[in-house]
Amino acid sequence: MDTERLIGHLCDINALVGNEKEASEKILEFFRPYCDKAWGDPFFNVIGYKKGEAKNPKKVMITAHYDQIGLIVAGYEKNGFLSVSNLGGVDTKVEGASCVTIHGRDDVFGVIGAKPPHLLSGQETKKNLKITELFIDTGLSDDVLKEKVSIGDPVSIVSPVVKMKNGCLSGRNMDNRCGVAALVLILEQLQRLKHDNDIYVIATVQEETGSLGAMTAAYNLEPDVALVIDVTHGDMPDAGKSKCFTLGKGIPVGIGPAYHRQETNRLLEIAGNERIPTSLSVESGDPGTESWAIQVSRLGVATVEVSIPLRYMHTGVELVKVEDVEMAACLAAKYSAGEIGEIRCGWNQEMLL
Amino acid sequence: MVQKLMELTNLDGVSGDEQDVRNYILDNVKEKSLKYCIDSMGNLIVKCNSSGQNPLKVMLAAHMDEVWFMIKDITEDGKLKFITAGGMDSRILPGQHVRIGADKVPGVIAQKSIHLQDREERESVVKLKNLYIDIGATDRKDAEKYVNIGDYAAFASEPVLFGENRLKAKALDDRAGCVVLLELMERVWPFELYLCFTVQEEVGLRGARIAANRVEPDIGIVIEGTTCADVPGVKEHGQSTVLGKGPALSFADRTSIGDRELLGHFVKTAQEEKIPYQWKQTATGGNDAGRIQTSGTGVKVITVSVPCRYIHSPVSVLNINDLENMKNLVEKALGKLPSLEGGIKK
Repeated sequence: MDTERLIGHLCDINALVGNEKEASEKILEFFRPYCDKAWGDPFFNVIGYKKGEAKNPKKVMITAHYDQIGLIVAGYEKNGFLSVSNLGGVDTKVEGASCVTIHGRDDVFGVIGAKPPHLLSGQETKKNLKITELFIDTGLSDDVLKEKVSIGDPVSIVSPVVKMKNGCLSGRNMDNRCGVAALVLILEQLQRLKHDNDIYVIATVQEETGSLGAMTAAYNLEPDVALVIDVTHGDMPDAGKSKCFTLGKGIPVGIGPAYHRQETNRLLEIAGNERIPTSLSVESGDPGTESWAIQVSRLGVATVEVSIPLRYMHTGVELVKVEDVEMAACLAAKYSAGEIGEIRCGWNQEMLL
Repeated sequence: MVQKLMELTNLDGVSGDEQDVRNYILDNVKEKSLKYCIDSMGNLIVKCNSSGQNPLKVMLAAHMDEVWFMIKDITEDGKLKFITAGGMDSRILPGQHVRIGADKVPGVIAQKSIHLQDREERESVVKLKNLYIDIGATDRKDAEKYVNIGDYAAFASEPVLFGENRLKAKALDDRAGCVVLLELMERVWPFELYLCFTVQEEVGLRGARIAANRVEPDIGIVIEGTTCADVPGVKEHGQSTVLGKGPALSFADRTSIGDRELLGHFVKTAQEEKIPYQWKQTATGGNDAGRIQTSGTGVKVITVSVPCRYIHSPVSVLNINDLENMKNLVEKALGKLPSLEGGIKK
């Protein structure tokens, strides 16, 4: 399957944060053809295992989260309307005039409307809709609605994946199905790469509400090194240049306290050898990704991160360049197959204990 | 009728370039071998078959255009700056899919991600001048390969049937009117009936004026999609119309006052035929009736509308029963028009 279609299929899957069970089986099917073993854990993290050739192989963990942000049904209003709350960091500005699926007893289609503009006061027209002012119009009678939808049902945004110019794709769930697509590509490439390490490719859950999937997966696996693939901000004209990365101009690699310096250097060296362009993504603390949680799992895990630049994060029109996904996957695959030295403290090259 | 409406809403008809919609309607007109003309602005005027028993001349109008965007500039980094037309709620623009120009280039309306917005930016509505369309172009030169300044753009939104008899689509205002006119096309009427599919309603009711001047009708009936605000947080008296309560009749809006006699005739017809109807509760908005009323030596007008929630957005919603009832009411009321003959003859 080509990468574009792979991303498209993955974005179509619904995996609202905390409601990943059904999706986990679908993700598993994407992993299975390329793995020595693939399974889901009790938390619905999906794991693909590639056996290493060494006698005492080191363990490499590669994660990308597959959960998505959305809404959650907060209450019934009269005449088939529902009030909502957020699941993860939702930008209410982009929810107005969008279509949704309520994952109730059956999937129920709805639209998010709002008070029409001609009825707004001057003040109201300047303020954005708050989450408490959003409601879903289901078009159902109240009795039928109560039968089909319960308070607490998750709600996903409906938005198609559209092919844009220059090999770009735009749609919902690019954050972080692009990372998951990279995982599939890594597994595919590892079939052709000789590797000593045991490699565990893991699509994780519940990143959007605090990297809980990565936390449990890392604890369970006790890897020697971990590589996180997630999206980062792409270049947007109204955003500052320092935090954003131009699409198609190299793979951002994380630098900062969240990342293991020695392993990051090895990653950059591999990128250099493979002629994969990179740039450095400076994070002074919590980068807002799974690295922050994995790094402090059990006795600590040497963690590195590669990113996929993405514009308009947490909207239904997240925009990525397909070749960035492929390059990130290529870099991660080569890194995971590479020889891992003794893991030391990165700064002074000496073990302190 | 619903299938046709869905097909119609999926076409782009912007004020000044209604061609795709007009061609769709024209195909239907040609099938029935009716006489028609297309004027200099693009209005499509269809003459229905008439038995000639009644000397009245009646004009039915529905506009083909929808709210739209136009590309006004391309930035150095290949983003498209745009204007909107037709009264759009700028609160709902970020995150929408659009298609641009004759090639229907896909684009998305965007602003920087929420993570990079400061508190004030998160809470306030983005100004139009700060929004842009991204088509995936790398820079201005690259963008210019696909898009020109002056290209039109429209919302990309697939029609969906959902809930109980609901249709979600863009451009229900006023493809709903267009489809009702198509439904009335086949009958032989006792009077002269002209179906006018008008242009440029959204930018100032411009097409209807010259169409009315050409037809010179005695009576003008505008078939519209109108605001509907029966949503949480709006008091009943401000709801304008309510979904599912039948077609709405307007006493008046910003552009015209409904003819009392005609309104009475429509109400009487609705009662006799047991067709539900409602009064539009607000006098906001305006439509082609405003221009038709003052054309020539004056025309008696009335507006009949189907309520549309979230009008002028890509997710407008109507109740199919309202649409059917609107068609029935207009058809029956027209059928009974001769009884009015004395009262409204010039």
